[in-house]
Amino acid sequence: MFANFDFDVIARTWQVLIFQGLAFTLQVTVLAMAGGVVLGTLLAMMRLSSIKPLSWVAAGYVNLLRSIPLVLVIFWFYFLVPYIGAWIIGSPTPIKVGAFTSALLTFILFEACYYCEIMRAGIQSIPSGQASAAQALGLNYWQLMAHVVLPQALRNMTPVLLTQTIVLFQDVSLVYIISLPDFVTIASKVAQRDGRLIEMYLFVAVVYLVICLILSYWVKRLQSRIAIAR
Amino acid sequence: MIEIDNVSKWYGKFQVLKNCSTRIDKGEVVVVCGPSGSGKSTLIKTVNALEPFQQGSITVDGVKVNDRGIDLPRLRARIGMVFQSFELFPHLSITRNLALAQIKVLKRSQDEAVERGLTLLERVGLLAQQDKFPGQLSGGQQQRVAIARALAMDPIAMLFDEPTSALDPEMINEVLDVMVGLAQDGMTMMVVSHEMGFAKKVADRVIFMDEGEIVEDATRDDFFGRPRSDRAQLFLSKILNH
Repeated sequence: MFANFDFDVIARTWQVLIFQGLAFTLQVTVLAMAGGVVLGTLLAMMRLSSIKPLSWVAAGYVNLLRSIPLVLVIFWFYFLVPYIGAWIIGSPTPIKVGAFTSALLTFILFEACYYCEIMRAGIQSIPSGQASAAQALGLNYWQLMAHVVLPQALRNMTPVLLTQTIVLFQDVSLVYIISLPDFVTIASKVAQRDGRLIEMYLFVAVVYLVICLILSYWVKRLQSRIAIAR
Repeated sequence: MIEIDNVSKWYGKFQVLKNCSTRIDKGEVVVVCGPSGSGKSTLIKTVNALEPFQQGSITVDGVKVNDRGIDLPRLRARIGMVFQSFELFPHLSITRNLALAQIKVLKRSQDEAVERGLTLLERVGLLAQQDKFPGQLSGGQQQRVAIARALAMDPIAMLFDEPTSALDPEMINEVLDVMVGLAQDGMTMMVVSHEMGFAKKVADRVIFMDEGEIVEDATRDDFFGRPRSDRAQLFLSKILNH
């Protein structure tokens, strides 16, 4: 049955696919993870705060974004960000935001909700005595978070954070709907141009599969290595 | 040094501290004992405001602990505290555990903090463990490091919250020895403990608590010689006769 297929199309185009498409996907993944973990950690601290309004705002934000499909969020942001930006700086016309910036912002804001819940669990997993001891030594809230609680929480949660990042890596393919040149978008353009849809999508699937398997395996190994002895 | 004046605390409707008053003078060693649930750990944690309370006041070295707007971190940094479950920071080496608060709170330089930390580590007999992590030490060793960590802040008083309760029996003495040494050096100490041997050796006064009340506040000799309340007598007979 493979007689009708022409896998030569992969040999002809793999460099563009990998060095432009996949590189773009990885770039968005890494930047969105970094931004998402930072924002997510702040949201988690807000959710756990004893200042009720802070915790309500964070809970509302997280629950709202988690109940909307990512595709919709990408769409909304793509169309809304220029207007929101204009509103913030008081410009009469929509500001120009590149599709890349818009997509990256979307992923940071969206993934932060998931990272938030992970970090919240992580912070809560640290025995309260640790914070008491840090307070008793005179550390203030930010110092005890930065030096005592968060380093331990981050370490305990690294495997889960990375697993979420694997999901993010796959989710980045949704930028297809706003035509950003990620791995999937470029592959489908080539596929349509050359009329080799099946070959191309098979190749894309295999690459995703291999990368995710490698990452999962690595996360598993990491899990046992970084456990803190107590 | 530490004045506790009519302190009451409620968890909802349940009153955990009932009009507790006592004072601890400079250089004094006071042991607080009593059955579990008597409020003794809660009381000691009110001294450095780890536990808030609704009524009364506590003054430490002239600073009112329960005043709104006081610099709590600064006050806490001056009072050392040792916990039942050690609470060393497991992700930091022993040296870093000793240095962290000195650097962040007292703004000492890295070198200065490490030097001060190692001096105290030597004092508790654990200099050789400086590069290890807390998880690699025994419970008794961890608690001695915790004492050194508190002392590194040059506190004006030390609070001990059941420092030997989580230890295996063979490790209790190594911790008590360090505490006895401290007491003999004139450190002001408030110690929640059931270690009556320690109390007999170094306590100036013993406070007995039951159901949130300070039932007895007596000198060591009075407490062990002729405790007045039935409850204190019952408690003593229970923990001394076995």
